[in-house]
Amino acid sequence: MRDVHVAGVGMIRFGRYKDRDVPDLGGEAALLALDDAGLGVRDVEFLAAGSLFQANAMVGQRILQQIGQTGIPVVNVANACATGSTAFREAWLAVASGEHDVGMAVGVEQMGKMGLLGGGGGSGVRTEGVLGSGLMPAVFGQAGMEHMRRHGTTQAQFAKVAVKNHRHSTRNPLSQYQVEVSLDDVLHARMVAYPNTLYMCCPTGDGAAAAVLVSPEKARQLGANVKVLASVLTSDPWSERDLTLPDVNTLTRAAAARAYERAGVGPEDVDLVELHDCFATAELLHYENLGLCGEGEAGRLIDDGETAHGGRIPVNVSGGLLSKGHPLGATGVANVFEIVQHLRGRAGARQVDGARVGLAHVIGLGSACTINILGG
Amino acid sequence: MTARRPIVPFLRVPADGEPYLAGHRCTACGAIFLGPRLACGRCMARGSFEEVPLSRTGTLWVYSIVHQSSPGVPVPYVAAIVDLPEGVSVRCSLVDVAPDPAALSFGMPVEMTTAVSQQDRDGNDVVAFFFRPAQGGA
Ligand SMILES: [Zn+2]
Repeated sequence: MRDVHVAGVGMIRFGRYKDRDVPDLGGEAALLALDDAGLGVRDVEFLAAGSLFQANAMVGQRILQQIGQTGIPVVNVANACATGSTAFREAWLAVASGEHDVGMAVGVEQMGKMGLLGGGGGSGVRTEGVLGSGLMPAVFGQAGMEHMRRHGTTQAQFAKVAVKNHRHSTRNPLSQYQVEVSLDDVLHARMVAYPNTLYMCCPTGDGAAAAVLVSPEKARQLGANVKVLASVLTSDPWSERDLTLPDVNTLTRAAAARAYERAGVGPEDVDLVELHDCFATAELLHYENLGLCGEGEAGRLIDDGETAHGGRIPVNVSGGLLSKGHPLGATGVANVFEIVQHLRGRAGARQVDGARVGLAHVIGLGSACTINILGG
Repeated sequence: MTARRPIVPFLRVPADGEPYLAGHRCTACGAIFLGPRLACGRCMARGSFEEVPLSRTGTLWVYSIVHQSSPGVPVPYVAAIVDLPEGVSVRCSLVDVAPDPAALSFGMPVEMTTAVSQQDRDGNDVVAFFFRPAQGGA
């Protein structure tokens, strides 16, 4: 495997685009990334497109119908919420293997008002609310309760994650919401699934993001100096309770260990993290899963402001999924976009000064975990 | 003519006796699964499973209280993960308890109960299992 560099990234503001469609949104992000790289669609040798709700609709090819049909190989990726980050990894593999010199990943989703709550089952027999809950808010509520049980974490500590990420989003013009909320607001908002209230759950929405990955030689020509230090994907090994409650911890820890080893860095070397805060509870779990603190210290980390912008290890300065939004297929590429902007010193008002190494983490429940570590 | 059918295959509703959950136990390593497997997810041994009846009592591992759900699902409800003494866990709803963190505690003893939850398309009664706070001082 050879080194791979990120030559360009693009992203549209997450939100609602009810008069547009998936190839159109994805195409816009792709063109932004190509412009950013200083390349044209004729330079692209491989495309990986990630879109979850349209997984069977040849989104990658339809994006090329929007921006230029050159006959290149296209793969369409679905991997739950890790769809976009898996597409990024496919493009990375295409270039790292030596097969292609320029690969592009596009993540795009149009969710409209359809939520993570989904519809009824197809069997005609309702299990939701009968056999507990398979819905994301309850699953991540329960995962947070495990942390509460093991470490005495409080609902207020989880709520502080929402306060932090919503505050961060006010400095990100691409964030779906850009509104500050107080701890009181968060705790007294409508309960969705205890302990997560409305502000502790990511919104639904539409969005797209793209990245152009290139070989070392191309990177030299283009002056692209952000490098992919590691791109790792894991699935669930067997673990205690056999996934009766989906286990977002074990596969994240496995991915983190492999990613740090591949990248030759440790958590202490990371200057910023974009992690999968689909619910506020999830963020605290991942502080420990990613080694940002010791076991049971996540509550203290948020209390002490260490993961806020300006803190020791800023987490989700983009606003995170909680505020920036979570258009499923777009998410994993969008958090790479965020890291790249900081490494290039182009993150504007939310810039993490002097950022050299950034980590992007995504979980797709079911489960898939990706970790991309980038260095600049 | 309607019949009774369990909501999941691993719920057994014998004509003469108490309903129970059935586990598939790997004879190589002892791991128990709810539902059949081709090979053991834990030790990878192929195809040697035995069916074991699981206890009707256990303890509450964790829960969430769901206030917003899919259309048509009554809220609130307590979504729980219950640990059984055989070393297997079950996803279930906790009933006969207030949907309030003050009424719930980690590790509290719980017991299984069954009830008809709905009718299926063919008009059969669908029997579901639930857990509730243990009443016999388990
Ligand atoms: Zn086994």
